[in-house]
Amino acid sequence: MTIPSIPPAAYLIVGAVLFAIGAIGVLTRRNGIIVFMSIELMLNSVNLSLITFSHALNSMDGILFVFFVMTVSAAEAAVGLAIFVRLYRIKETINVDEINLMKW
Amino acid sequence: MLEHNISIFFQWLIFLGTASFAILASILMVTQRNPIHSALFLIFTFLCTAVLFLLLESPFIAIIQVLVYAGAVMMLIVFVIMLLELERELRSPLKISLSKGLGVLTVLLVMLGLFFAVFGEPKGASGEFTPEKVSQLGSIKVVGKLLFTEYLLPFEIVSILLVAAIVGAIVLAKQRPLERE
Repeated sequence: MTIPSIPPAAYLIVGAVLFAIGAIGVLTRRNGIIVFMSIELMLNSVNLSLITFSHALNSMDGILFVFFVMTVSAAEAAVGLAIFVRLYRIKETINVDEINLMKW
Repeated sequence: MLEHNISIFFQWLIFLGTASFAILASILMVTQRNPIHSALFLIFTFLCTAVLFLLLESPFIAIIQVLVYAGAVMMLIVFVIMLLELERELRSPLKISLSKGLGVLTVLLVMLGLFFAVFGEPKGASGEFTPEKVSQLGSIKVVGKLLFTEYLLPFEIVSILLVAAIVGAIVLAKQRPLERE
């Protein structure tokens, strides 16, 4: 009797669950930094799916894609957190419900 | 045969352990009130995902995950949490509204849809980089070679993006002379 190896679907399900938790965090939390961290979690779960496919299909393209996604998320972290620091100076809050400077 | 079985068994053990810890930590991350606790749980989730990357035979991405995500990005987030005073938001009660409930319901439906989509073998053309070949050549060597040949243009675009992000972050966070008392 041989134990079957881990199917790609198992990793993809973990990715889907992490993505859903991140999306729930974005929709329900009102603290800007926690919303930001949830977005990072969603990006990370997509990375997991990309690596799974790249492993299942014997390809390196997924790994290169993950490399670029990580670069983009690092750039996003730098600019996004700078925006939070600036917003906090102007409005004294980072509650995303109270940040409505661009609404009219 | 027995050796193979034992190796697969331990792979399953590590997979189930890290996957359940990652999901548990991410749920805690979304539900914690204190942003610092959220950040620490998110770091734990990233480390668990790094172990999953190792199980998927991509050590390079696992190292980058620990360095860039769990190290650099989370350090930046923890620093900003430290700089901002968030006492008021900690004390405000958690509001539950109809729109939030509908949002959660929609996300759960999307998750269910994803569950049905992922079953079965992934379709698509199989590439040439089998795990044996990659481990023989060296993971980083293969990635570097592809990065500077096939993916040269995206690589250059990403470098421009990083420069723009650095300049943008400095311009945004700089204190303007007018604001100073």
